[in-house]
Amino acid sequence: MLARRLALLALALVVASAVIFAVVDLVPGDPAVFVLGTGARPDTLAALRQQLGLDLPWPTRYARWLGGVLTGDLGTSLAYKAPVAGMILDRVQVSLPLALMALGLAVAVALPVGMLAASRRGRPADALAMGAAQVGIALPNFWFAMLLVLVFAVKLRWLPAGGFPGWSDPLAALRALVLPAVALALPQAAILARVLRSALIETLGQDYIRSARAKGLSRAQVLRRHALRNALIPVLTILGMQFSFLLAGAIIIENVFYLPGLGRLIFQAISQRDLVVVQSAVLVLVAAVILVTFLVDLAYAAVDPRLRGR
Amino acid sequence: MIPGRHRMGLVAGAALGAIALAMALVSLVWTPFDVTGVDVANRLLPPGGAHPLGTDHLGRDLLSMVMIGARTSLSVALLAVGIGAAVGVPLGLAAAASRGGWLDEAIMRAGDLVFAFPALVTAILITAALGPSAANAMLAIGIFNIPVFARVTRAGALPLWTLDYIRAAEISGKGPARISAEHILPNVASLLIVQGTIQFALGILAEAGLSYVGLGAQPPTPSWGRMLADAQTMVTLAPHVAVVPGLAIVLTVLGLNLLGDGLRDALDPRLKARLT
Repeated sequence: MLARRLALLALALVVASAVIFAVVDLVPGDPAVFVLGTGARPDTLAALRQQLGLDLPWPTRYARWLGGVLTGDLGTSLAYKAPVAGMILDRVQVSLPLALMALGLAVAVALPVGMLAASRRGRPADALAMGAAQVGIALPNFWFAMLLVLVFAVKLRWLPAGGFPGWSDPLAALRALVLPAVALALPQAAILARVLRSALIETLGQDYIRSARAKGLSRAQVLRRHALRNALIPVLTILGMQFSFLLAGAIIIENVFYLPGLGRLIFQAISQRDLVVVQSAVLVLVAAVILVTFLVDLAYAAVDPRLRGR
Repeated sequence: MIPGRHRMGLVAGAALGAIALAMALVSLVWTPFDVTGVDVANRLLPPGGAHPLGTDHLGRDLLSMVMIGARTSLSVALLAVGIGAAVGVPLGLAAAASRGGWLDEAIMRAGDLVFAFPALVTAILITAALGPSAANAMLAIGIFNIPVFARVTRAGALPLWTLDYIRAAEISGKGPARISAEHILPNVASLLIVQGTIQFALGILAEAGLSYVGLGAQPPTPSWGRMLADAQTMVTLAPHVAVVPGLAIVLTVLGLNLLGDGLRDALDPRLKARLT
């Protein structure tokens, strides 16, 4: 079964890379003209095109790119004259910790809120938590980010309003990621809390929960030991999907906070027609989503023994 | 359950949605001020007086801007739902009709692939190829909506195919396409209305995000996301220029989500556990 899954994973990655290559290939504008300017002589342009491999037919160019991806050689950025792989690696050091921090925060908030709401179902605490969740889902994260900057950076001066100092000073780096991570996490926490609540309520209605209560476990013990574990499947599904939203959301949040992450790299590269960078950076994002989905599928089996071997 | 809570949500949601829709429609014929001109003397006025929501950095009336912005946001999100439903529902019906077959597998795997491209990444790629515009933002959000509708339709349709009356229709010689249209579709319609409302709300958020980073509606068309982008540099001087369009988004999305939840409970109480 694992072999079939791995084959599907490889197929998904190849198809995704082909889609990205095809779309980027459609982008109008000649990179050679962009580098040399509109006044360049036709023979200089032709020479550069040949040097960049732009004169080759598309199957050859696609095969070259894919081969490069597999060997870690993503080519050279036209705008920065630097290896693309190194540039992406630098940016991942901002984007990945940001996404993980946001995911961790979302779980840390959603878990107690969802459990509280489920155990106090129909009472004021539940109504309050779910009302707050409704508002959290409706908040655009970049707007929430602006309000956070206004309060915590401009008025209170507790945290930086933007920019990234680099990991040489880990504390300063973490401080720079706090507000972006909170902005990203809030809507995700709201969604997660709602899913957890309804999953818990559904499991709490099962017979074995009544048996556990009958054998003398307290409500809190039943919730933690039996219900939570069984409610994890829908929560895992949502977490996997949320990773994709976090990566996408990070593209906007990186712009609010001027963070040098993958998203900003893609934006800058597109405006500079630096397509070598665009296709590889987008592939990294998409491959990350595909890999996480794959891992979530594997995690189901770990959480629920009944799904093993399926 | 607190009695009537969902009915309350339904009413509040419908009211908020109706206000947004009314603003968009009224803006077609009337706005309190003309927003095409610049009125520097009245820039960054706080809410109150002649400008109930204040003015922006160019002296434009924020209420008028929000009204016209509603038009952009609602139309982009609504048409994106249209694209998603028009392509996704037939695909979901076909997948369910061939339940377990290669077509089902192919449609669902293709959907997984689209899900791997976050809407914003799709929008960036489309924008790179075709240029930024409200239409391309709509296309990007719409593409993301397709697998959502396909999955919901399939999930709703699959259990129906095992029912006796569908069997009877099959035996009487009706083809899968006809059964899907005549018997399956009407029975998944309530699911689709609920999902459509939720995707509408998500579409408004997505459109705001895209416009905010410059991939949606282009100047001079006002949109809520672009208003927020303009407000970013002014937010310390005049917070209301950021608060007003932000609240417009939050209230509209909140309203549509409440409406979706309320409709779900009203149309089919059994769905409550299945969809969260």
